[in-house]
Amino acid sequence: MAPGSHPYRGVAIAGVHNTAQARALPGHTSLSITVDAVHGALADAGLTLDDVDGVSAADLSARLIHDLRVGPAWRGTQYGLGMIAEAAAAIAAGMCDVAVVASGEAGVYTERAATAPWTRPENEFVIPWGLFTAAEFALIARRHMIEYGTTEDQLAVVAATIRNNGHVNPDAVYHGRGPYTPADIRASRPIADPFRLLDCAITSEGGCALVLTAADRAPDLPHAPVYLLGMASDCLGPAYQHPPAYDLAGRRAGQPSAGLVGQRAADRAFRTAGLSRADVDVLELYDPFSFEVIRQLEAFGFCAPGEGGPFVADGHIAPDGNHPVTTDGGLLSYSHAGSNPQMLQRAIRAVQQVRGTCASTQIPGARVALASAGGSGALFSQVALFGTERP
Amino acid sequence: MTTVLAPQTGIPLNPVTPLSAPFWDGCADGELRYQRCTDCGTANFTPTDLCRGCTSRGLEWRVSAGLGTVYSWTVVHRPVTPAFTTPYAVAIVDLDEGYRMLTNLIGIDADAVREGLRVRVDHHGVGGERVLPYFRPQFAPPTTGD
Repeated sequence: MAPGSHPYRGVAIAGVHNTAQARALPGHTSLSITVDAVHGALADAGLTLDDVDGVSAADLSARLIHDLRVGPAWRGTQYGLGMIAEAAAAIAAGMCDVAVVASGEAGVYTERAATAPWTRPENEFVIPWGLFTAAEFALIARRHMIEYGTTEDQLAVVAATIRNNGHVNPDAVYHGRGPYTPADIRASRPIADPFRLLDCAITSEGGCALVLTAADRAPDLPHAPVYLLGMASDCLGPAYQHPPAYDLAGRRAGQPSAGLVGQRAADRAFRTAGLSRADVDVLELYDPFSFEVIRQLEAFGFCAPGEGGPFVADGHIAPDGNHPVTTDGGLLSYSHAGSNPQMLQRAIRAVQQVRGTCASTQIPGARVALASAGGSGALFSQVALFGTERP
Repeated sequence: MTTVLAPQTGIPLNPVTPLSAPFWDGCADGELRYQRCTDCGTANFTPTDLCRGCTSRGLEWRVSAGLGTVYSWTVVHRPVTPAFTTPYAVAIVDLDEGYRMLTNLIGIDADAVREGLRVRVDHHGVGGERVLPYFRPQFAPPTTGD
């Protein structure tokens, strides 16, 4: 890409913040924990609510604009990592100068005999078969095992690696719960095979937020700016309405199927960034289930389709490996605070990694980080690249 | 220990819609129905008002032979809600007419399910008036550990 033509060159990520994350945050609502996250990210950016003229908070956007009295303001409509790219594009296009991207959940998961509410489908052709998110993703994982011989032991390596990153992270909901061996993962109770309890994301509550500003303000801000280098997303249909089949594909020849969803997005994110896979220092991969990490390493082009199992078993994804993944413990150990915060939190960790400010499992000298969200069982994938060098 | 998988009763269901009523009426009559496009021949499921093959609105209801092949499956041990009895086996079945369904497998040991298993539809009432199209092995069930 020619100098000066990068779509996000004029945008800096100035602040990031995660609130306390916990199995439950008594006294908090989704709104109150989201507002705590907004205050925290603004403080990190050295800004205040008086500076904000853009808000993206999914279904809370308009309410926050009203209740925080930051209107008139640009209102975001995206979800997950798309919130960040949408806010960056809004700043680049001159629609606003300081955008807050925020999400949080608390007080939502109360009926513990059932799986978490955001994991339970409502479609009339899905609900009678007893599906929930773990079963949806298991149907993709099973097919990968059939096609490529991927093993439960390889899945367990992923879960142990990421859960051990959470074990040493003082901010993780499951801090100190490990360390785990792959055998420990295999010994946990079955949920939806091939997934056992420790292959699956935890449930928790918490909030998170990022602050994006016009890059020309960045020299006045407390932290060195982090840049969005590229972002793209892929969708193959509505989540949890159709069979999550590995080979589900659209009409264009040669395009990836659901088993490789995110491949097209990754190609485009790298093209926008002008980077190659070898430039990535750390991968903050979305980890709702252990298998999704194997799948994403293939889809995003870090190994060939079918090679993800041996790739993780060979130690590549360990903190001292050449592709360290999900360094805060991810959804498996750090936090899984509802459907949207968990996706933004991969980006927040990516920003912290390239800033060099992680309290645990900081990858030395990390300058480019990949974050992802979504997954094959939900028929969508989002990929974002963050770095310290202005694009 | 092996468990022969069985139908559920009293599970949560979502309302029938005008679009899906012919399908559920068929289940009540012991038929597995799907929509075939009169323009391009594509077999469509779940119920739709536009053919997913060619976007035509020329769709007609047909009765499937109810025979298919297991594409993928998962045996669930932690139920989505307490209304479900575990274990149950969620499966994606490829019907011989060229479409695909989510279902539960019954009449087979949980440990005996295999990719490519031939199955046939087996309707069961689950409470109220709703009848669900479960699938069971088309031939004699394989023995566990085969």
